[in-house]
Amino acid sequence: MKFLRFFLIFILSFYFSNANAEENDKRNKITKNLRCLICQGQSVYDSDSEFANSLKIVVDKKLEEGLSEDQIYEYFKIKYGEWILYDPSLNKNTYILWLLPILIFLIGGAIIYKSFIVKK
Amino acid sequence: MKNKILPFIIIFIFGIIFVIFYKGLEDSKIYTPDINAKKEIPDFNTKEFFSGENMKSSNIFDLDKIYLLNIWSSWCVPCRQEHSFLMKLNSDNKVNIIGMNYKDNFKNAESFLKELGNPYKKIFIDLDGTLSIQWGAYGVPESFLIYNNEIIKKYIGPLNQELVDEINLLIK
Repeated sequence: MKFLRFFLIFILSFYFSNANAEENDKRNKITKNLRCLICQGQSVYDSDSEFANSLKIVVDKKLEEGLSEDQIYEYFKIKYGEWILYDPSLNKNTYILWLLPILIFLIGGAIIYKSFIVKK
Repeated sequence: MKNKILPFIIIFIFGIIFVIFYKGLEDSKIYTPDINAKKEIPDFNTKEFFSGENMKSSNIFDLDKIYLLNIWSSWCVPCRQEHSFLMKLNSDNKVNIIGMNYKDNFKNAESFLKELGNPYKKIFIDLDGTLSIQWGAYGVPESFLIYNNEIIKKYIGPLNQELVDEINLLIK
């Protein structure tokens, strides 16, 4: 009986630490994609400034409230603007950024196709 | 056939790259926060500075009145510099100055006010910095001009004579 109780506690503690780790992963992922606006070239995750520390607490709170990752990004986008996100969404200011690699890839493919495959 | 198309493709690619880089030249690489965007003030619960009683944002800001929300802290050196301007603004009595005490300890903040004077009509506290994030603030000192529950203008950094003149012009 004693052994069983011990075993149960062991399993439970393992379970909870695991759940906690998952939450932490999510929080780290989100803070890594948020720019620390008062630092130079650092994400919120990397920074230890007052601003970044407050932001981390807010991210934790929002996660506790049950907001999804995208909802949290949207929240900060409204507060601070697009610049706070490292991963910008597709809009009229960023379409070149998103479409250029695809365009270059296609043109490159066309050149290769023309010069090597059609040649044969 | 091949020799005719290839130069065109190369010129086309260089053309695109040239246009992108040329457009990039015009963009300012210095990040400037949007300070003129009108935004609703956030809804929040906080504590009063002196009494420690619970406070709601709706009890702090009334419609039809002009407020200047100032984020300050006793450990913040630029806050000391701007404090005399806040005192002056308060003595003119055209704007209600509200203080947000940022990540501070009560004793230090109190002696700061005793030493330099208290220009604030109301003060509430932001112990962990989360309220300032809700306001979209970057740090201390920072001031928001508020009318009808809307942020009219945001001043990042300490106030100076020039900005005080601007505030006086805006609230006329």
